[in-house]
Amino acid sequence: MDPSSIKRPAGNQVNHLATPPAATNSIDGRFYLPFTRGRQQTDFFLDVDFSIPGSGVTGIFGPSGSGKTTLLRCIAGLQPCAQSHLRVNGETWQSANPGAATLPVHKRPIGYVFQQPSLFPHLSVEGNLTFARKRATQPVNAENYDEIVQLMDLSGLLDARPESLSGGEQQRVAIARALLVKPQLLLMDEPLAALDLARKRDILPYLEKLHQSLDIPILYVSHSVDEIARLADHLLLMGDGRIRESGAAPALLSRTDFPVQLGDDLGVLLEADVIERDTQWNLLRARFDGGDLWLRDSGEAPGERIRIRVLARDVSLTRTEDTDSSILNRLPMRVVDITADRDPAMVLVRMSPRATSVSDNSGIITARVTCRSQDALALAAGEEVWAQIKSVAIVR
Amino acid sequence: MLSDADLAAIWLTLKLATTVTLLLMILGTPLAYWLAKTRSWWKGPVSALVTLPLVLPPTVLGFYLLIFMGPQGPLGQLTESLGLGTLPFTFPGLVIASLLYSLPFVVQPIQNAIEAQGQRPAEVAATLRAGPWDSFWHVTLPLAKPGLVTAAVLGFAHTVGEFGVILMIGGNIPGVTKVVSIQIYDHVEALEYTQAHWLSAAMLIFSFSVLLALYVLQRRRAAGGWRYGP
Repeated sequence: MDPSSIKRPAGNQVNHLATPPAATNSIDGRFYLPFTRGRQQTDFFLDVDFSIPGSGVTGIFGPSGSGKTTLLRCIAGLQPCAQSHLRVNGETWQSANPGAATLPVHKRPIGYVFQQPSLFPHLSVEGNLTFARKRATQPVNAENYDEIVQLMDLSGLLDARPESLSGGEQQRVAIARALLVKPQLLLMDEPLAALDLARKRDILPYLEKLHQSLDIPILYVSHSVDEIARLADHLLLMGDGRIRESGAAPALLSRTDFPVQLGDDLGVLLEADVIERDTQWNLLRARFDGGDLWLRDSGEAPGERIRIRVLARDVSLTRTEDTDSSILNRLPMRVVDITADRDPAMVLVRMSPRATSVSDNSGIITARVTCRSQDALALAAGEEVWAQIKSVAIVR
Repeated sequence: MLSDADLAAIWLTLKLATTVTLLLMILGTPLAYWLAKTRSWWKGPVSALVTLPLVLPPTVLGFYLLIFMGPQGPLGQLTESLGLGTLPFTFPGLVIASLLYSLPFVVQPIQNAIEAQGQRPAEVAATLRAGPWDSFWHVTLPLAKPGLVTAAVLGFAHTVGEFGVILMIGGNIPGVTKVVSIQIYDHVEALEYTQAHWLSAAMLIFSFSVLLALYVLQRRRAAGGWRYGP
């Protein structure tokens, strides 16, 4: 296929970090998969060009059918993709140059966790782990092995047959198996999607531990805002096989013009430091750019950095401070802008702390209020308001 | 009960079936793997050829093999130029004919078992850094085990039950080409019904036991099905 004959669709501008091509701490890729019907080239399954940090968790987020899994499969080499290039932390895995060799899947130093656990049914749990260990990129000594087994809490399951385990346990084995190849890049394709809510809650802490204990980059595909808010440092937003946005997860997830419809999940993600524990009332005080918030004490120590999520629907507004309210968190804010919600009865009000300048984007909180309230309170950009925050969730 | 000639026929039959089964497992497994994985245009024609012995009358297959292996046939000329003589009416001739005749019974179960696995196990193996050869031996084949067992049992049983092709290719040379089915035919021709009864009953019990064992095995692990029965 002659690449010059492929007409690139217009309007495919991508916001990505400007990274020099020789960067050794980033993952740079360019993939496109033409969609052909007969000999007619009708569309692209995937047309992406990205550069993401070579460390931390990058969430790949988007609605079903937006090409998230296909992108991950391309990076793994499972989906053959001509005319593409991929550089991971300075090493070229795939190049569009004619004659350049494409690294086959089994030679890429990756770990891959599929949506379904996909354990080998002919091997025990230990057999599955040993399969990976024997083929690892570098020798896995007994200490490494035990560490990973402990990280995923598998000590009691080693002799079990995969089919006798619950879905959550199977997925933990699959994650441990992927880690045992000592990957330089961990790819996770909706590892929680096949699990029910209770199982998800069981396994999320393991993924967070993973994030803290691993120094390799993780690409995490999900269509759940919750998972992304908890795990991702960086975010690639996908839609229709294109990358819509790319950037730091907290900033991107806090935008009201988020390109993917979030509905009730719309809100802001804030980084905060725990500064005080109030043991009398079982509360925590955490400081973020916009002031202090009281949270339910869930065991974090003062000095710890946490990530909290404030949903727009949990924020209400008053003109004056309402001191006889049951709501603990009342912050003096200034309206930055007001945008229409998808629901015609509602608007989204973005506010910044009064102490900071409007141009500074830090500490922004979003409230979702009715148009009627907007009118009654005469809300407009620049007006001073009090934000009452009904609930705050620590996501990490 | 069984005469020496009968025992010789049984021995020859077992020798033929064992040889054929071993060769078919060695040749049929790669063929089945290729058929299961390929997206080539050749898949259709090759599948049709492999399945042909299922629908063709054994006499037709036997007739063409006789021509092919005979002094005027390409294989016959090759074997003669190598100083091996011609293959019809010899044990190697029977083996070649049986290989073709029993091929679909071995290839189909293995192919089905590999197709039923789907792409996922091989993909998982690749992400765990197993190369294609490693993946074939340590993932694809172990997962296809029920299919392999079915293939071996069917290949063996079907070769034991062969008659038409052997009659065409091998005739009935005692100890060389006279297998049990031919021996029974000869007994009946000679009106030796008692002898025919003994051998027939032995065949019946053998075939039934083999199939029973197979079905019990299939029930125990419902994986890697097969499409054709004998």
